[in-house]
Amino acid sequence: MIVWLNPSALRDIRWYEYVVRFALGGAMTVIAGFIASRFGPVIGGLFLAFPAIFPASATLIEKHERERKEKAGLSGARRGKEAAALDAAGAVLGSLGLAAFAIVIWLLTEQSASLALVLATAAWIAVAVFAWLVRQWL
Amino acid sequence: MLEYFLRFIAGGIAVSAFAALGDALRPKSFAGLFGAAPSIALATLVITLSKDGAGYAAVEGRSMIMGAVGLASYSWVVCLLLKKFMVTSRAATLSAIVVWFAVALGASAALFGAS
Repeated sequence: MIVWLNPSALRDIRWYEYVVRFALGGAMTVIAGFIASRFGPVIGGLFLAFPAIFPASATLIEKHERERKEKAGLSGARRGKEAAALDAAGAVLGSLGLAAFAIVIWLLTEQSASLALVLATAAWIAVAVFAWLVRQWL
Repeated sequence: MLEYFLRFIAGGIAVSAFAALGDALRPKSFAGLFGAAPSIALATLVITLSKDGAGYAAVEGRSMIMGAVGLASYSWVVCLLLKKFMVTSRAATLSAIVVWFAVALGASAALFGAS
């Protein structure tokens, strides 16, 4: 299966949907910082992988897919849920990458912080894409 | 106060950027990888490193592994609720939050204790 970029899909997103994501992302980052300062880094670190934006994203995916089908005169309820389920299945694999990101931060930050951030991001994408490819082959 | 304002801006930008990438990528199963992007982690860790130092960030990274295990469990349950039980995305994603709390906090307590 070929991966490609479809920038025109961004036109389907309404302006307020971008605002909601920005606000949710910003709010969750503030909350994660507050939890770490209140309860310490052990509890605070957990919230770096909290599914803050996921409910809003999945709801948008279902809504857009349903509207697309209904515009074509079809019932889009089932298709909307399937599209959101596919996104959630991708997030399971992405979570493996996120665990790899966290391991690199844990092991390398004290040696070189900037290098650890770069390598952790590379580890996230490498592990997530590898898991996705394995899932395609099975 | 300024620190929290910076966190808000950095988190908003990081989450929006990864979400936009996820919107534009196809197929959808691949785009779903970006539902678990390290957006909040990157925004938080950059500020944490400058404020609290590398040792503090390393402990956060160690805990984040359990958070990621929680996220994998959460996403799997959401997928199951949507495919098998045909509930709405809103109901599936919000009700499954308890799975994240149970797995992340449970694994953290089991491995790291209350420290």
